[in-house]
Amino acid sequence: MGIDGGDTVWVMVSAALVMLMTPGLGLFYAGLARKKNVLSLLMQCFIAIAMISVVWALWGYSLAFGPSRGGLIGGLEWFALSQVGSEPNPNYAPTIPHTTYMLFQLMFAIITPALIIGAFAERVRFGAFLLFLVAWSTLVYSPIAHWVWGVGGWIRSLGALDFAGGTVVHISSGVSALAAALVIGRRIGYGSGSMEPSSPVYVILGAALLWFGWFGFNGGSALASGALASGAFTATHLAASAAALSWMLTGWLHRGKPSSIAVASGAVAGLVAVTPASGFVGPQAALIIGAVAGVLCYAAVNLRAKIGVDDSLDVWGVHGVGGTWGAIATGIFADASINPAGANGLLLGNPSLLFSQLIAVAATWAYSATMTIVILKVIDLAVGLRVKPIEEMIGLDITQHAEYVKP
Amino acid sequence: MIHAVIRPERLEEVKNALEKAGFHGLTVYDVMGRGRQQGFSWRIRGNTYKIDLLPKVKIEIVVDEEDAYRVVEIIKESAATGEVGDGKIFITPVDETIRIRTGERGPEAVK
Repeated sequence: MGIDGGDTVWVMVSAALVMLMTPGLGLFYAGLARKKNVLSLLMQCFIAIAMISVVWALWGYSLAFGPSRGGLIGGLEWFALSQVGSEPNPNYAPTIPHTTYMLFQLMFAIITPALIIGAFAERVRFGAFLLFLVAWSTLVYSPIAHWVWGVGGWIRSLGALDFAGGTVVHISSGVSALAAALVIGRRIGYGSGSMEPSSPVYVILGAALLWFGWFGFNGGSALASGALASGAFTATHLAASAAALSWMLTGWLHRGKPSSIAVASGAVAGLVAVTPASGFVGPQAALIIGAVAGVLCYAAVNLRAKIGVDDSLDVWGVHGVGGTWGAIATGIFADASINPAGANGLLLGNPSLLFSQLIAVAATWAYSATMTIVILKVIDLAVGLRVKPIEEMIGLDITQHAEYVKP
Repeated sequence: MIHAVIRPERLEEVKNALEKAGFHGLTVYDVMGRGRQQGFSWRIRGNTYKIDLLPKVKIEIVVDEEDAYRVVEIIKESAATGEVGDGKIFITPVDETIRIRTGERGPEAVK
């Protein structure tokens, strides 16, 4: 087929858009955290870009997309990007250079572990965090990406659909976040009402960058420019809008005020939920998926607070629950006339897709939670996961990085 | 008047403890301070920086003289971590207190 200029441009631009989401996520998290930890969150997100890029180039990409070993993991044939050149890989993206595809996938590999940062925000040692990044990316992200997207991956072979990473990115990170919050425990002073967000301005700015970048995340997952990319772009935008509205309205009715953080969180919840569906559904379904996501994730966040698990920045409520709803919604609303590479869902008379989606969800929940607990326990034993109580009180900016934002 | 320079991270506990004992009114400032708690020195891109002023919170609270030591005890207990850097409390006399809304003066205005 050969390399197509338009397709290559769109996927390269999309990769750049997705890259910007991770610093955007840093702003989103920094704004939700206390002032004394603002830099630590920006720093953790920023270093994830550098760290995962190196891991991905050396072995992460090969483990995720290299020749399959029994549908469970890719081989190391593509270690250090050997055999990953300008020639397209017809199995993944026949009209763009293989390097472009690898780079686009890299940006997903970066943001996924960065999402988990919100769960253990404000209390993790920086060195332990770096070890976690490498271990989680290698032992959780690459295998799940292989199952769902790799040629020969067992979930892909099952027929489950995940257009842009609802399962691979959002369920894996959201469920890992819940597990991480349970392993590391609550912050000192949790529940005392003293966890004031440092800056709703950063939260809005971060959410805006995420929304913007998500056009590349979902639109770029078409891996070509054209009708499919445009459809995914549309679904993405409509779901984000519907969810921003539905979360805001739910909070307004429930708590009496339309909060700016609610609007930002709602937009992200909608973006998460439409991610797996974006290339398989039309605009009507996208509006429904978003509207439901806003209410559902709002409820999940409140449930999390009621149970008293300190998933500090609600990664599970937004990404775990939003991603799970998105995977199920894909099984309900998918329409093969929109994307012939997809399938029909429940509403078009095909319950078997929904069944495959549920298996993919269950497997990802179980594997992510188990592995995250194991990884964090091992790191805790080896080097210690959590800062000292006095360091936690002073804040990570000063104690981990010797820098701070002036009050 | 009681002036307490404390750790920002203890502010919520101190406020709650004062509230519980019936001392509702107070003024809070974000301040920078230096005491026995040593700062940090480090180099960034060839420049040496020193953080010896650390973020603190200053509370001001005006109470009747007979309540002063109770308030001091409450702040001492709720602000303490036992580590260097817990802060200090100063007590000064107040010449006059006037409530702006009603024009009340003296002990009536303090309540």
